[in-house]
Amino acid sequence: MESNLTTISQSQLAQAVLRESGQNVNLCYQCRKCAAGCPISYAMDYKPAQLIHAIRLGMDDLVLNSKTMWLCASCETCTTRCPQEVDVAKVMDAVKITAVRRGIKPAIPQVASFYRAALANIKKCGRMYELGMIIGLKMRTFEFFKDAGLGMKMFQKGKLKMVPSLSSALTTMRIFYRVKKVEKKNRGA
Amino acid sequence: MTAKYAYYPGCSLHSTGSEYDVSFRAVCEKLGVDIEEIKGWICCGTSPAHCTSRLLSLALPYQNLYLAKKMGRTDVVAPCAACFARLKTAVHEAAEDPDIAAQIREVLKGPLPESMNVLSPLEIFNGGTNPAAAVTKQLPGLKVACYYGCLLTRPSKVMQFDECEYPMAMDNLLGSLGITTLDWSYKTECCGGALAMTRTDVVLKLTHDILEEATAVGANAISVACPLCHVNLDTRQVEVEQQYGTRYGLPVFYFTQLMGLALGIPPDKLGLQKHFVSADALLAGV
Repeated sequence: MESNLTTISQSQLAQAVLRESGQNVNLCYQCRKCAAGCPISYAMDYKPAQLIHAIRLGMDDLVLNSKTMWLCASCETCTTRCPQEVDVAKVMDAVKITAVRRGIKPAIPQVASFYRAALANIKKCGRMYELGMIIGLKMRTFEFFKDAGLGMKMFQKGKLKMVPSLSSALTTMRIFYRVKKVEKKNRGA
Repeated sequence: MTAKYAYYPGCSLHSTGSEYDVSFRAVCEKLGVDIEEIKGWICCGTSPAHCTSRLLSLALPYQNLYLAKKMGRTDVVAPCAACFARLKTAVHEAAEDPDIAAQIREVLKGPLPESMNVLSPLEIFNGGTNPAAAVTKQLPGLKVACYYGCLLTRPSKVMQFDECEYPMAMDNLLGSLGITTLDWSYKTECCGGALAMTRTDVVLKLTHDILEEATAVGANAISVACPLCHVNLDTRQVEVEQQYGTRYGLPVFYFTQLMGLALGIPPDKLGLQKHFVSADALLAGV
């Protein structure tokens, strides 16, 4: 990577993406295979190829306030098909992480709330405790009645557990804590 | 007898996808495949982890690999396609990037387990267990569309599983048991995954496309290998029908449930009663 000319004279945003994901967006030559294959591009404000171009141009406001990365389902179609081997799905992750770190309000707040609710749940329970996670999500999004009927039916079918299994909660709490510490140290370095 | 494979069920197989767990265990028992659940396993972190912190998304799976190694196992079977992908990604990235490997070691406070081999049950059943010899029940009326979803095959560089745009592993396995599977073009299209919790509209559209396509080629059942795919295709099927004014009534099986039926395991031992779209009428006809 040191001798790769395409990583020199990058926008700051492109450098942030590179740091976060190891992905060099300057390799993109806009073939738009990622946009063509993306099953969710119809709902995005910018297609994946457009978002990548905006990252290269350093259009921070446009990129970090976009809906695109929050709608990404991580299906990895773009990553698999990119002829330049840019891991586009990882770029999407890196943009989300950068946006959150800069304190930007996510364009699709429910998705960010879902991530937070899920991770809080994994951290405290060791394993995903669906019922707890759903309640945590509702407390964050205020969509109290969304999927209530579906949830009831799943419960009747025995697909949702009442009580979490907490046997490995100490392990996850320890891992979450140490990850934070290592990340903080590396950012400071 | 000692176990051969360390079994990582993951969170879904203990809850929303418990019938995948039950049917996987039943089929393993029938075929003499030895599995032992990893003691003290933790969540793999799934999408919320890799969308938030790369290090977290790799440390969580590695803890499970570490536990498997502690049991003396290097072969780990992960039926959930999402867990399978996260475990394989962790191994791949630690091997490719010494910096991140060092950080994972720092988090887990120890050396990373080496030569870990993460497997999908499709690989195990296709690789020398010879399930065809154990078939006791013919299911000639079934016309199954095998739906692989995203994460079994993608990204191909990491997963190294079958042909990423048109996989055949599930078709070949079910075919060897005398079950008819169909060619169709939506094998690896995305169902929208966890967006179901937040942007249900997107999932209903993508799921509708998949159900529509399966119906168009004449399928009367869909077979899956991922609990997230199953939730979206089965539990939300009625919602799709309401939204689009259609009627599918298409039962969605885990491929292990179809294997179980062909191997003569009773339906109630395979968790079929847990499905939202009942398979009773279909199975009564075959």
